[in-house]
Amino acid sequence: MNENLTDFLYLVTIVTFILALRFLSNPRRARLGNQIGAAGMALAIVVTLAQDLESYKWLALAMVIGAVIGVVGARRVKMTAMPQMVALFNGVGGGAVALIALAEFHNLAPAAARLELNLSVAMIVSAIIGSISFTGSLIAFAKLQELIGGRPIVYPGQKVVNALVIAAALALAAAILVGPESQWLLVAIVTASLAFGVLFVLPIGGADMPVVISLLNACTGLAASAAGFALHENVLIVSGALVGASGTLLTLLMGRAMNRSITNVLFGAFGQIQTGSGAALEDGRAARATTADDVAIMLSYARRVIIVPGYGLAVAQAQHDVRALADLLEQKGVDVRYAIHPVAGRMPGHMNVLLAEANVPYERLFEMDEINPEMSQTDVAVVVGANDVVNPAARNDSTSPIYGMPIIDVDKAAQVVVVKRSLAPGFAGIDNPLFYNETTSMLFADAKVAFEQLLASVKNL
Amino acid sequence: MSDSSFLLELTILVLAIFLGFEVISKVPTLLHTPLMSGTNAIHGIVIVGAILVAGQPDADTLTQIVGFFAVVLGTANAVGGFVVTDRMLEMFKRKPGSARSSGGADGAGPEGTV
Repeated sequence: MNENLTDFLYLVTIVTFILALRFLSNPRRARLGNQIGAAGMALAIVVTLAQDLESYKWLALAMVIGAVIGVVGARRVKMTAMPQMVALFNGVGGGAVALIALAEFHNLAPAAARLELNLSVAMIVSAIIGSISFTGSLIAFAKLQELIGGRPIVYPGQKVVNALVIAAALALAAAILVGPESQWLLVAIVTASLAFGVLFVLPIGGADMPVVISLLNACTGLAASAAGFALHENVLIVSGALVGASGTLLTLLMGRAMNRSITNVLFGAFGQIQTGSGAALEDGRAARATTADDVAIMLSYARRVIIVPGYGLAVAQAQHDVRALADLLEQKGVDVRYAIHPVAGRMPGHMNVLLAEANVPYERLFEMDEINPEMSQTDVAVVVGANDVVNPAARNDSTSPIYGMPIIDVDKAAQVVVVKRSLAPGFAGIDNPLFYNETTSMLFADAKVAFEQLLASVKNL
Repeated sequence: MSDSSFLLELTILVLAIFLGFEVISKVPTLLHTPLMSGTNAIHGIVIVGAILVAGQPDADTLTQIVGFFAVVLGTANAVGGFVVTDRMLEMFKRKPGSARSSGGADGAGPEGTV
C-alpha cells in the first residue's frame, strides 16, 4: 500500500478513537462511540496487513488465536468479574508491547552503526513499562479474583528491595545506551521489570485496586506510545497518549476521592489490619440488630430512601434483588435513590456498572457530592456491602487511618440500616462507629438473602 | 534527518496528551468503568506494531516467534477490549424500561465489533 494512503488511513483510525472517547460523555451515544472505535481498529489492522509483509499464514494464525481468546474471554466473563477482566486485558496489552520491544531490538541491534538514541530509548522504555504493566496486571487480576489474598503482602525491607530492583533495571538501561547494545541486557531489563511489576502490586490492598488498575492502564498506554516512537508509528504514539492521559486522570480522581495521595496508596501498605486504629470504641456499646420485617415497615412508610451500595453487593450478586425491592417501593410511592461513592467497589464506576446490569435506570444513581446534602432529608439510608465509604470516623476521628476521606453521610439520615453478614471489619480492617449509632440498625444477613426477605416482607404489607 | 522526525513525533505526543486530558475530563463518573475498558481496548492498537515486527521481510526465526506471541496478545487485547466495553455500554438504559426483564446482559450479541 502506498505510504501516503497508509498514513492517511491510520489518521482515520486516530479520529475514530478520539470519537470513541468523545462519545463516552453521554450514555446514549457511548455505545456507538465504542463501535466506531472498533471499526477504526479493524481499519488499522487491515491497513497494516496490506503492507509489504511476509509469513501471512503465521500472522493469520496468531490473530485467530488472539481473537478467539479475546472474544471468549470477553463474552463469558460475568459482569461482576469486570475489574478482573479489565486488569487481564490490560496486562496482555503490556505484554505485547514488551515482546515488540524485544523483537525489534533483536532485529535492529546487531547493526554496524549504533542505533539512534531515540529508538533505543524508546525500545527500552516500552520494554520496562510494558513488562511492569504485564505482571502488575496479572497480580491485580489474581487479587481481584481472590486467587491470592486481598490483604497487602508485606515483608521487612520490602521498599528497599523494590527500589533495588527498579534501580537495577535503570542501570542496565544506561548500560545499553552507553555501552554494548546487547540483547541480553534488554532481556535482563525485561526480567527485572517483570519482577518489579509483581513486587510493586503485591503490597497494595484489594480495596485500593481501582487506583492500581487505572495506573496500570495508563502505563500500558504509555508503553504503547513509546513503542510508537520505536517503530515510527504515529497511530501508536497518539493512541497510547490518549490512554495514558485517561488512566492518569482516573488515578488522580481516585486519589482525591480517597483523600490520600497516590504515593500513599501505592507505597503505604494501607490495607493492613490496624491494631491501634483510631479511638477505641467504648466498651459495652452494642450494635442493634433488626429483622427483615421491621426494616420492611421502615422502608414502606418512608418518603425517601437512599441505597448505598458497596463491593459486598457485587460479591453477594444481589443487585437484581435490590432493584426488585426498589421497584416495589417506588410503586408504593417511596422515592428511592442510590448514592455512589467514587471508590466504592473495585474499579472506578464499578457500582454504576453493577446497578446498570440490574436495569437500574441511571437517573437514579447519584454521586456523593450531589447526594450528601440530601441525606438530612432522607428517612432511611440502606447500606449494602459498603463499609469504609460510610464510616464517620473519616469525618470525626483525626487518629483514624481514613481520616479526611470524603464519605457518604449516611449518619445524617433519620434512620440507617446496614446490611452486613457480621460485625467483622471490612477490607481496611477498621472498626466502624456507624454500626453503634442510636439511629442505626444492623440487618445481619447475606445481601441476597436479606433483600429476598425484604421483598417478601414488603409484599405482605 | 531523524532529529526532525523525532521532534515531529514529540509534538504529536504532546498534543495528544493535552487532547486526551480534555476529552477524558468530559466523561461522567457514571461511565468511568466503560472508560477504563474502552481505553483498554484502544491500547490494543499495539497489534499494529506486533504485526509489523512479526511480518517484516527477512525477519529471522526468533523475531518471528516473539512477534507471533506479540500478535496473539495484541489481538486478544484489541478484540476482547471492544467486546467487553460493548457489553458494558449495552446495559446503560434510561428509565422507561426496555422490554428486557431482570437478568444480566450476558450472551446478547455485541454488534459492530472487529
